[in-house]
Amino acid sequence: MRYDMIIAGVGGQGILSIATVIGQAVLERGWRLKQSEVHGMAQRGGAVETHLRIADGEIASDLVPKGRASLILALEPLEALRYLPWLAADGRVVANLATVENMAHYPDSAEVYAELRRLSGCLLFDAAELARQNGGAGAVNMAVLGAAASCLPLSVPALEAAITARFQRKGAAVVKGNLAVFRAAAKLAEAHAYN
Amino acid sequence: MSSDRRLLLADEAIAQGALDAGLSGAYAYPGTPSTEILEYVQRQAPAGVHCEWSANEKTAYEEALGMAYAGKRALVAMKHVGLNVAADPFVNSAVTGVNGGLVVVAADDPSMHSSQNEQDSRFYADFALLPAVEPSSQQEAYAMTRHAFDLSEKMRVPVLLRLTTRLAHSRADVTPAAPRAQNALALPDDPRQFVLLPANARRNYAALLAKQPALRQAAENSDFNALTEGPDQSVGIVACGLAINYVREACDGAPCPHPILKIGQYPLPEELLRRLAEKCRTLLVIEDGMPFVEARLRGVLPHGWTIRGRLDGTLPYAGELTPENVARALGKPAAVVRAASALVVPRPPGLCAACPHTDSFLFVKEAMAEHPGGRVFSDIGCYALGALPPLEAIASCVDMGASITMAKGAADAGLRPAVAVIGDSTFTHSGMTGLLDAVYEKSPITLLILDNGTTGMTGGQISLGAGRLEAIVRGLGVEPQHLRVLEPLKKNHAANLKALREELAYQGVSVILSQRECIQTAKRR
Ligand SMILES: Cc1ncc(C[n+]2csc(CCOP(=O)(O)OP(=O)(O)O)c2C)c(N)n1
Repeated sequence: MRYDMIIAGVGGQGILSIATVIGQAVLERGWRLKQSEVHGMAQRGGAVETHLRIADGEIASDLVPKGRASLILALEPLEALRYLPWLAADGRVVANLATVENMAHYPDSAEVYAELRRLSGCLLFDAAELARQNGGAGAVNMAVLGAAASCLPLSVPALEAAITARFQRKGAAVVKGNLAVFRAAAKLAEAHAYN
Repeated sequence: MSSDRRLLLADEAIAQGALDAGLSGAYAYPGTPSTEILEYVQRQAPAGVHCEWSANEKTAYEEALGMAYAGKRALVAMKHVGLNVAADPFVNSAVTGVNGGLVVVAADDPSMHSSQNEQDSRFYADFALLPAVEPSSQQEAYAMTRHAFDLSEKMRVPVLLRLTTRLAHSRADVTPAAPRAQNALALPDDPRQFVLLPANARRNYAALLAKQPALRQAAENSDFNALTEGPDQSVGIVACGLAINYVREACDGAPCPHPILKIGQYPLPEELLRRLAEKCRTLLVIEDGMPFVEARLRGVLPHGWTIRGRLDGTLPYAGELTPENVARALGKPAAVVRAASALVVPRPPGLCAACPHTDSFLFVKEAMAEHPGGRVFSDIGCYALGALPPLEAIASCVDMGASITMAKGAADAGLRPAVAVIGDSTFTHSGMTGLLDAVYEKSPITLLILDNGTTGMTGGQISLGAGRLEAIVRGLGVEPQHLRVLEPLKKNHAANLKALREELAYQGVSVILSQRECIQTAKRR
């Protein structure tokens, strides 16, 4: 078993908590993991990405080689496009629709959506709206994770257990909210036929 | 698998390794990609283990050296440029040697993800005649830290642990080993050991030189240096630190066909290199950073061997190693990958919404618009982002503290007005001494200390001058009538602008303390 993915977003959006949840589930499963993160200057609103590699044996590089990611999971649509050279031929993209236009010359969002929709295996959805409707407005990242759950080599209960572990400290209500959003997103993805 | 497995950044694995090695004190000034080392010690250390931030890397280093003097194990951590600041104690502590173990962690940043340059700390170890270790994985970072403490105490010298951003900030499963107890307080046997008067220093230096063969032997025999056979001897590979991972990646799970020397401990294991060279007339050196081994190899091998790497363009001179550039260097055909999207534009970092620095820059910019011949010399911190549009308010960002001293030098040259902008943490790191220069000479400079109460750029660590900056500035001799304290808020813009205009007109040292809490630390509370 070997699974490579890239989690992308804008500094401050919380991509690391997605990685933490997946990492926890991988550890519980007894598999290996390498997770290359971006810390420092870029976290001030710059482009940030996590390379996440899961395997049942030794993992060599900390970085995913180009063309090898089975999944790009993005909290922002332009950030999904940024990592296309990493996406495998049969790779999938799960991306949040909401743009973060914190720089000059942000491209026309309609063109960004169109390019993403042209990819086979792309699910583009409004993660913030889904989170809001399911009682976890702050859980946009769990919405994106939920929508990608069926792509991951981990079971839904394993991911749910990891979410519970991750948010336990913040109280039962936060755990419940995050789980609700995760489940709703997983359901939405089920109904979505990857084109 | 062991239930004790944890997912740790290499930075955290180093910290855990140090704790398990019987660490009594960790010392550091924050700096990407090294910050998480002390932060981990702060979260995990048992009571009594020192883990507070220091004012800068030099003070951190000397405090660690003092702990090693007292016979205990100390770790000091910094980013690569921090070792420039701590270079004086680093090089001299090679001459004093240590008593308790001292491990110096320098986290290098090739590709300059968060830095001003890509200097390679292995040169420092070489220059100071000290051993160094360089991990290839998180587990090795853990093991090497423990090994470095043992080596430090055995050879009685500081040991440098060098790593680069990719490993520092990559997480993997690490299994710790049984912890060791801390050392007891034990003073050096020889009262002259740490007294580097020339007579003692010459004797100590001779002793340091005499240790070199043993240090080299330790590298030759180290478990972290390993020569692996391979049938295809057309090229022999020298892989330093994490380079081995990219070599293995390029082989995609199959054994590498070429002989490989993996290097994880220095000084250079010349014997191992010669053994590799006996098999292969061409060596490819792969290292994350500058061509340190590659350049030295030329002195180790006789004429006629071909050495490839960053110096001959097989790998780019600048920038970090990647799976792609290593695969290319190994002659692998490039993978067919999707084209980059034409829509993608860079997304540089910027100041946060409602950041106090923005409000400070707005009145600085407006005041300076009246002085086209004037310049704003800045420093390193979040406020360096004031260089980017839309603010474009600063003319320099060089090294910690350089705003004040460069403004002074430019004022010495006749530039008016010469303005310096520095953050609170950078001011206490390296700004205070420069301000004293200016006060002594009554230099016509205007200094703005952007006091957001924290070390913002690196994630909001404590700022040692918090609540004391006014007293420090006054204590350095700045005239009270030219020390202004103001709050950078939109509603105060006109008053702040007026205050700055008045101080720009003053032909002596003025300090404006622009004080408002960092929006990130405020949010967290
Ligand atoms: C010698 C050295 N040490 C550490 C750093 C990393 N670094 C850059 S700026 C900075 C501190 C910034 O804090 P402050 O001056 O208070 O400004 P802020 O970011 O809060 O605006 C640090 C630790 C560096 N670049 N050089």
